[in-house]
Amino acid sequence: MYIGRVTGTVTSTIKHKLYNGQKLLTVTRLNLDGSESDLYDICLDDVQAGIGDVVVVLDEGGSARQVLRKRGTGPVRAVIIGIVDQITLQP
Amino acid sequence: MKFARVIGNLVATQKYRGLEGVKFLIVQPLNAQRQPDGEAYVAVDATNQAGQDELVFVIASKEAAFALPVEFVPVDAAVVGIVDDVDDRPLYDAESVAWKVFMEAR
Repeated sequence: MYIGRVTGTVTSTIKHKLYNGQKLLTVTRLNLDGSESDLYDICLDDVQAGIGDVVVVLDEGGSARQVLRKRGTGPVRAVIIGIVDQITLQP
Repeated sequence: MKFARVIGNLVATQKYRGLEGVKFLIVQPLNAQRQPDGEAYVAVDATNQAGQDELVFVIASKEAAFALPVEFVPVDAAVVGIVDDVDDRPLYDAESVAWKVFMEAR
């Protein structure tokens, strides 16, 4: 899992049927100081996140399918599973 | 999933069983700003409709095989959607005249 910021929405008509009715969001990975890194992912969303939100992204297939209640197979890996309220780091 | 641009296609007659009828594409990976980033690679086309120069999104690793009709085939990248539009404009432009007028009015 990693911390990211939602930066945009992706619109797609022709896509795998698993994504029908699902929101696709671009998420940029954040460094621990809050700055944006070069890494990003196009994620599915399970928690109604929006542009600008700091989120927790799950990037592992088996767990992602469990989140989407698609047991077994399906082409899904990155899912937003939480919206961050607060992060505390030990100095 | 990551953005990619279709830059070519690949034909292979002899291929692993289960991959019959599956189209191979050469794709150029893109960064979040949709600029080329990294080396081009081969991906299967799970949409069956992606064409030259199209902006698509690609899923990597084991999940790529799950996008195909025959699952558990030796595939590590699959085009799973064709992008119509990406809306990643900033919510407001701090330099814009409209924003300055709005802030002054406050």
